[in-house]
Amino acid sequence: MPNWVAILITIVAALLLTILPMPAWTEWLRPAWVLLVLIYWTVTMPYLVGVGTAWLAGLVFDLLMGTVLGEHALAFTLVIYFISRLSLRLRMYSLPQQGMNILIFILFYQFIIYCIQGFLGELPNSHLYWLSSITSVVFWPWLFLLMRDFQRWFKIS
Amino acid sequence: MRITTIRSIFTKQSQSSFQVFFLIVFAIVLMVMDRRLNQFVTIREALSFPLAPFQYSVSWSVKQINQFKTAFSAYDYLAKENIELKAERLLLHAQLQRLIALEAENNYLKALSQASHHIQSKTLIAELLNVDSEPFVNQVILDKGARDHVYSGQPVFDAYGVMGQIIQVGPITSRVLLINDPRSGIAVHNVRNGTRAVAVGDSYLNNLKLMYVTKTTDIKVGDLFLTSGLGDRYPEGYPVGTVSNVSKDPAHQFATIYLQPSAHLDSSRQVLLVWYQKHA
Repeated sequence: MPNWVAILITIVAALLLTILPMPAWTEWLRPAWVLLVLIYWTVTMPYLVGVGTAWLAGLVFDLLMGTVLGEHALAFTLVIYFISRLSLRLRMYSLPQQGMNILIFILFYQFIIYCIQGFLGELPNSHLYWLSSITSVVFWPWLFLLMRDFQRWFKIS
Repeated sequence: MRITTIRSIFTKQSQSSFQVFFLIVFAIVLMVMDRRLNQFVTIREALSFPLAPFQYSVSWSVKQINQFKTAFSAYDYLAKENIELKAERLLLHAQLQRLIALEAENNYLKALSQASHHIQSKTLIAELLNVDSEPFVNQVILDKGARDHVYSGQPVFDAYGVMGQIIQVGPITSRVLLINDPRSGIAVHNVRNGTRAVAVGDSYLNNLKLMYVTKTTDIKVGDLFLTSGLGDRYPEGYPVGTVSNVSKDPAHQFATIYLQPSAHLDSSRQVLLVWYQKHA
C-alpha cells in the first residue's frame, strides 16, 4: 500500500470519529482527533505530511462541520507549521513530555478557533469548551502507540 | 535512510514558511468569501457533495447499533410504551377532528375575503442524520436533498414548532440552520395581541431574542409568538417560542426580550419539510 493511502485512511478515520454521535454529556469532551493524527504524522514523517495536508484536512473538516470555510484549515495549518518546526525535538521527548507540548499546541488551536468564532459573533456558550484539550492529551499516548503499530504494520517510512 | 530524512527537512524548511503564509492568506480569503458572497453557496454545495457518504455511513452504523439495542430491550417497556402511544393517538385524533372543521371554515372565510394563500401546502417528513458537529455550530443535517426537491431557504418544523431553514442542499443531504443561530432571523407576532417583531437567534444563551421592541410594547413572560408570514420565508401561524424573560433596562434604548424556542432543537429526530408559496 502506498504511504499516502495509509495516511489518508488514518485522517478519514479521525474525521469519522469527529462526527460519530456521542452521549450529550460528552459534547464538550471530544478530543481534536484530526489534529492529533496530523500531529503524529508531522512528528514522525515531516517530509510526507506538513502544512499542505493540514490545510486540506482542515477544509474537509469545515465542510463536514458546517463551520466557516477555511476556519479549521487556518488553525490546523498554523499548529502544524510550529509542530513541523519542532518535529525533531518532539520525536526525542518521552511520552509525558510530548503530552505537555501537545497540550500547549491543542490549547493554541482552540484559541485560534475561539478567536475566529468571536469575530463571527458565535462564541461557544460554555467554558467547558477548553476541556477538549485536556481529553486530547489524555488520549494522546494511546493514539501514539496505536499509530506507531499501524505505521509498522504497513511499513510506512 | 536517516541521512535522506534529515536532508529533506532542511531543504523544505525555507520553503515551508512561504507556503504557510500563502495557505493562511488563502484560508482567510475563503472565510471572507464564505460569509460575504451569496454565490459561494453553490461552491460549498459542490465541495460537500463527496462527503455525504461519510455522513451516511456513520449515521447508518449508529442506527444499526441502536436497533440491536432495542431488539434486546425489555418486552414490558415496549408494551407500556405501546399503551401510552395509543392513548396519545386517541387524544390527538380528537383534537384533529376539531382542527379539520376549523381549517375548512378558515379556508372558506379566507376565500370569502379573497386572501391569497391557504394553510394547506405540500409537506415531507425528513430524518436527522446521526452525526455530531462542533457544539457551537447550530446546524443539523437531514437525509433529504435535491432529489426530493428540497430547496435553499425552505422552512423546517418539528412536532412542536419552527426549527429553522435549509441553507445548503446536496443531492441526498441538506443542512438546516436552526433558529437559535445568530445568522437566523424570523418574523413573528404575539398570539395575545398581535404585536409584530423579528426574532433573531442568540447561540450564547441558546434561545431567541426579539429585536427593536420599544419598552412600551405590551409583552409579558409566557406570551406565545407565532410566525407572522412576513418576509416570505416561513408560512404563517406556526409556534416559534414563548417569552422567557423581559427586561426594560433604562440604560438601553429597547426592551430586551428572550424567547424559549417551542421546537425541541436538540432532541427532535424527525422533522417536517414544508413547500411554501411559489415553490409548492
